[in-house]
Amino acid sequence: MTPEISFMLIKVAIVLTGLLAVVPIMLFVERRGSALIQNRLGPNRMGPFGMFQAACDVLKFIFKEDSTPTHVNKFYYTIAPWLVVIPAFMTFAVIPFAGSLSMDGNHFNFQVANLDVGVLYCFAIASLGVYGIIMAGWASNNKYSLLGSLRSSAQMISYELTLGLSIVGLMMIFQSVRLGDIAAAQGETLFTVAGLNVPKWGIFIQPVGFLLFLISVFAETNRLPFDLPEGESELIAGYHLEYGSMKFALFMMGEFINMSVASALIATLFFGGWQLLPGLAWVVQQVANITQVDVLLVTVLFQGVSFVIKVAFFMWFFVWVRWTLPRFRFDQLMNLGWKVLFPLGLVNLFVTGILIYKGVL
Amino acid sequence: MLAQRKPGILNRFYLIEIVRGLWITLRNFLFHEKVTLQFPEQRRDYSPRYRGQHYIKTVNEVENCTACMLCPTVCPAECIHIVAGEREDKEKYPIKFEIDILRCCFCGMCEEACPKDAIKLSNIYEMSQEHREVYTKDFLLEQRGNKK
Repeated sequence: MTPEISFMLIKVAIVLTGLLAVVPIMLFVERRGSALIQNRLGPNRMGPFGMFQAACDVLKFIFKEDSTPTHVNKFYYTIAPWLVVIPAFMTFAVIPFAGSLSMDGNHFNFQVANLDVGVLYCFAIASLGVYGIIMAGWASNNKYSLLGSLRSSAQMISYELTLGLSIVGLMMIFQSVRLGDIAAAQGETLFTVAGLNVPKWGIFIQPVGFLLFLISVFAETNRLPFDLPEGESELIAGYHLEYGSMKFALFMMGEFINMSVASALIATLFFGGWQLLPGLAWVVQQVANITQVDVLLVTVLFQGVSFVIKVAFFMWFFVWVRWTLPRFRFDQLMNLGWKVLFPLGLVNLFVTGILIYKGVL
Repeated sequence: MLAQRKPGILNRFYLIEIVRGLWITLRNFLFHEKVTLQFPEQRRDYSPRYRGQHYIKTVNEVENCTACMLCPTVCPAECIHIVAGEREDKEKYPIKFEIDILRCCFCGMCEEACPKDAIKLSNIYEMSQEHREVYTKDFLLEQRGNKK
């Protein structure tokens, strides 16, 4: 095996295990986070702080009877959960989780696939996820499931427009759609205030774009306040109503992995991706001095840590928002998407274009 | 009637309100006192007037009950069954005293009707059992949750 292939396999392994580890962690964070926000304690019996509760939940899912209702279309019913999970995993391929490293004549790129289409690939694959949801709703042969999946398709298609528009400004500024280039470009200094360097992060040069992206990403991942596809009060559980045991768990996995991909995209596009967090550069120097390890290696390690911290913050933000905001009504959702966010995205694009033409950005 | 609100321009912008809401949930998450009771270890203290599991009060290990039949008469669920008997000293007493606890509605009227302060309802509220139990006299005579 050549070093390139083995390094590639290691990267794939890191991303896959990382994404799979996200699921139990998020189960724990969601259950305890929601409990603490509502002044409850949440599951706290299994292990320290109830951390092993997630393992128990997963075990329960595995050992439950995997029954298929008789009135469903078996083929589509079975493949629908996979069509939600697999695109969710695939999307992470283009996201860089650390900077590149040149050592002994070898060039290491910490990104599973450095595609030229970059972030466009993300959107293309992420929109495949809607097929899984529509199939689940249709194959379930249940009016509530069907309504849920219809809502979901309308919602995801409407908000994909804003999602795409909101980052066009960013592409114009960084002149690239490769996420690696975008993350690397955000290391530059935008301006200096009182001795503090403000980095050229996406949020500082495209604040409106960030807001639009954040809102539409919530709609894309079907999380509250936009989780109309599974609005319990009117649709029972929406598209996964007829699913049980591991098939239901796959939908849940898909949701959490979509969340982590969305968080990673937010971090990469608007918060400098793997760029070191403020203050970590000093820590890197100290660690390199103490352990006598090559400074480049330590930097890459801490870049990974910075990326994970940024992603973790936005994962928490998803949970935090979920337990703060009530669900939108469907017409409010459509009004927000088409009459507010979409025109705002166009205006943002226009203003960005003028600013680039004038040479401000 | 729906309350008519006229939200100002800042409220209609939503984002400021959302940030305020996020701050409220964060405050609850971090600082607010948690209301959960860790049940088997911690127990809630109910009022002494709470009507829970029945018992028959005893004095010097002799039940107060004289089998006057007031409680089965007043019982709306008809769940008390008493067979009266006579002791050597001509005192009337219940040979059998059974409460069909599944029929009981915990209205406490037996306790009110009792002239001898014999049948009482304690503070005990964990009464789940694996079988359909009828409380017998022996069971009721154990001074569980005695209120004195």
